[in-house]
Amino acid sequence: MRKINTEVIEKKIYEMALHAGVNLTPACKTAMNNALKTEKSDAAAFALETLLKNAETAVQKQMPVCQDTGMAVVILEIGQEVFLEGKPLAVAVNDGIKRAYADGYFRKSVCDPITRQNTGDNTPAVIHTEIIAGDKIKITFMPKGFGSENMSRLYMLKPAQGVEGIINAIEETVKLAGSRPCPPVYVGVGIGGTFDTCAFLAKKALTRDIGTASPRGDIAEIERVALEKINKLDIGCQGFHGSTTALGVACEWAPTHIAGLPVAVNIQCHCVRCEKAEL
Amino acid sequence: MRKLRLPLNKETVKTLKAGDSVLLSGTILTARDCAHKRILGLLNEGKPLPFDLKDAVIYYAGPCPAKPDMACGSCGPTTSARMDVFAPMLLDCGLGAIIGKGEMSGEVREALKRNTCVYFAAIGGAGALYGNAIKKSECIAFEDLLSEAVYRLEVDSFPAIVAFDCDGGSIY
Repeated sequence: MRKINTEVIEKKIYEMALHAGVNLTPACKTAMNNALKTEKSDAAAFALETLLKNAETAVQKQMPVCQDTGMAVVILEIGQEVFLEGKPLAVAVNDGIKRAYADGYFRKSVCDPITRQNTGDNTPAVIHTEIIAGDKIKITFMPKGFGSENMSRLYMLKPAQGVEGIINAIEETVKLAGSRPCPPVYVGVGIGGTFDTCAFLAKKALTRDIGTASPRGDIAEIERVALEKINKLDIGCQGFHGSTTALGVACEWAPTHIAGLPVAVNIQCHCVRCEKAEL
Repeated sequence: MRKLRLPLNKETVKTLKAGDSVLLSGTILTARDCAHKRILGLLNEGKPLPFDLKDAVIYYAGPCPAKPDMACGSCGPTTSARMDVFAPMLLDCGLGAIIGKGEMSGEVREALKRNTCVYFAAIGGAGALYGNAIKKSECIAFEDLLSEAVYRLEVDSFPAIVAFDCDGGSIY
């Protein structure tokens, strides 16, 4: 048994949120630089250059890389030998986020769905907890912007549609989104599970570094083929046409029911911000 | 890159073609979903607006709070398509230009043609760069909407691309 005070989690979340709002992931920067090297459209190249310059400016001036500092998505994988003490976990997580969004001069983008009244401090966060083996806590923090979230879709395919159906669903989602989600996008895909787990798998896929393939061969092949098809759509950076519409496709999977084939496609803009830590 | 002073006169608008890159300087107003809802509410009730719409430039954006040493925080464009339902009426009421990101509807394109107006695409995601191009910021309406309020911004060399021109041309 290992005791961890939730104040330690709060402090870590605070640091992760502050860093995430300002910094793109190194894998995202690499992918954007590679996209610029191969870009054939002048307008898209101009946009990619502007975005890389923006990423540098954000770090130099320590200001948010994008004004949409997102809804705070927190994934906590908690070792079953951990004993949490102190304030309730969700309170600690939300307190860390409140302080980070105030101290970082981040935008508060969370509101009531009906009255549209802003909660004023960017909470509540979306908190997912999983119990794992061991006595450690793994924390993933991802601020999720909504220009891209709005373009996400969930399909309940028929089993007969198979791999082809999955790839078509991914391609269709990116095509329908067009210029609106700030392409080049990163595409997170959930395959299988139930309606709800499938959507979460798609979100979880986005926490993988761009460019890392699924360890499962047939799933990695779906990622590869889908990316190739997407980059033939000629949407391009910002919708200005060109070679790169997506920086990557990442699929996570789970067993599903014999009668179904859920596929969730969660779109992430080029502004990939994701922090990982272990306590 | 062509430098333009805002507001634009109609003669200048006629020379802009989809795909042209420009640097904008002058006054722009921010408004997003909630502010638009209120603006249209006032127009429909025949009430005066808290700012002059004539030749105004609306920027679909909601900035981050400003750090103490800056005029404005990060302030890139938001998705314009969400304002498709509002833009034609505002253009018919005198709005001069729009700045946002991503494609807008055919109705908006028609309204731009009808009123000799232009839609500029800013680079979505370049929030820090745009925040630095803003030299002055003042909340002029709907303060309770926080980042969704209407801010009057003075911008200097704000990079954008002509997305829809007044002849119906489109970069998308």
